[in-house]
Amino acid sequence: MGGTPTDLKLIDENGRRIDGRTPDELRPLKIEAGVLKRADGSAYVEWGLNKVMAAVYGPRECHPRHLQNPERALVQCHYNMASFSVDDRKRPGPDRRSHEISKIISEALTNVVFTEYFPRTSIDVYIEVLQANAGTRCAGLTAAAVALADAGVPMRDLVAACAAGKVANTMVLDLGKEEDNFGQADIPVGYVPRTGELVLLQMDGDLTPDEFDKGLHMAIDACKKIYEVQRDALKRRYSAKSPEADAGVLQDPDARKEVA
Amino acid sequence: MGKDVMADLKRDYITKLLAKGLRVDGRKFDELRPLTIETNFIGSAEGSARVRLGNTEVVVGVKLILGEPFPDTPNSGVLTTNAELIPMASDTFEGGPPDQESIEVARVIDRGIREGHAVDMSKLVIEPGKEVWIMFIDVHVLDYDGNLFDAANIGANAALKTTIVPAKRAGKGEDYPLPVAHQPISITAVKIDGKILIDPTHDEERVADARLTVATIETENLCAMQKGMDGAFSLDEVSKIVGLSRKIGAEVRTKF
Repeated sequence: MGGTPTDLKLIDENGRRIDGRTPDELRPLKIEAGVLKRADGSAYVEWGLNKVMAAVYGPRECHPRHLQNPERALVQCHYNMASFSVDDRKRPGPDRRSHEISKIISEALTNVVFTEYFPRTSIDVYIEVLQANAGTRCAGLTAAAVALADAGVPMRDLVAACAAGKVANTMVLDLGKEEDNFGQADIPVGYVPRTGELVLLQMDGDLTPDEFDKGLHMAIDACKKIYEVQRDALKRRYSAKSPEADAGVLQDPDARKEVA
Repeated sequence: MGKDVMADLKRDYITKLLAKGLRVDGRKFDELRPLTIETNFIGSAEGSARVRLGNTEVVVGVKLILGEPFPDTPNSGVLTTNAELIPMASDTFEGGPPDQESIEVARVIDRGIREGHAVDMSKLVIEPGKEVWIMFIDVHVLDYDGNLFDAANIGANAALKTTIVPAKRAGKGEDYPLPVAHQPISITAVKIDGKILIDPTHDEERVADARLTVATIETENLCAMQKGMDGAFSLDEVSKIVGLSRKIGAEVRTKF
């Protein structure tokens, strides 16, 4: 929330936002599950101009070993932004922001994983932001939940995440980069649809309690839609019966004849 | 894993009391521990405060040095917040580079101060784009009995309020008080066994399921929020904590 004075018109006279969206419209979202070969589970998310990859390794031996929990698995998320993911090159490696995001995403995912099934192990979740355009923690968490499911990790539910915020005195959904930079508030939300509970919640900016309430509800409604996209990605992944079918070669009976 | 065994033993005790509407130290669920604020505690800092919140004790120091602004905010001073969770303060703290816990504390304090516009950062500019004051808020935890977020937040607010910009030393005219505009006060609540209580002690934190910190300003608008731990909150619980934060935050604000 820079709040920097700007000539930028974030909402026009027709109530449209800078990229043409209505206040409660999500950016286009695409999720693909099982995109990496080596990882135990993975997911790729394109959300507006964000491109985020998530991979899961484990449950596996926990390192560092002093973090081992004799009763549970430890869900360790590592959020990282590629140096080329933003306009000004980001210095590679974790900064304080990524440490914080890693921590809150780890906590959000721990809530839905049956950690008690895998004592002493670590479930490592790697989130790589390849291209960033505001909302990468939500995109990362959304991708990570799908990657965990793709890895076959037993879960109570997926976590869907989305932010709402305040831009030009209007509550809007899913802030884009300009809206994030010059807006008035931002509320990232991580939501568990089956329980209706929040596992990630942050806020910065200036909001009345009513505005906050409205933003929270907008974000939750969006999370329900995002949940469907997540489920759909997993269904697509596992409805494919073989690598050939995965590639679409064997789905057409005539094509099968030709291969034979 | 000794700490988890202790936490399990205490969990029973704490939750049984909570079921009767009681806390180990006799407080109400929405009651802050005794708060004392001592300002100008450190002579070598430009502003400082020593805060005791129950048995939690932090010292916050503010230092100002001249430097360059960020290229994208040429008309604003720079704010940097750091938290040192030193081993002296608790057997759960370790030395070495900042870990995720201390980074989270520092960033949540920073978010409250920054988003609540505690300091008018435009008044810390000497030459736009070239030279500004860089303000460091350093939180030093001396004794840790839970709820660092609020102790440090209150300490930061108190320290900023007493900060003198050392312009004379830097050859930039006369010293002047830091232009403090607002007091963003954070209140932290935890959920234990479905009960919501504010200002958790270390034992309460250890057995808690989820934590939510909410910072408000004088208008009782919200300026920062951070949920932590692996439990979850319902919408009703969030709204309850927001209400508590506005009410208790206003009470804390009268103590400055």
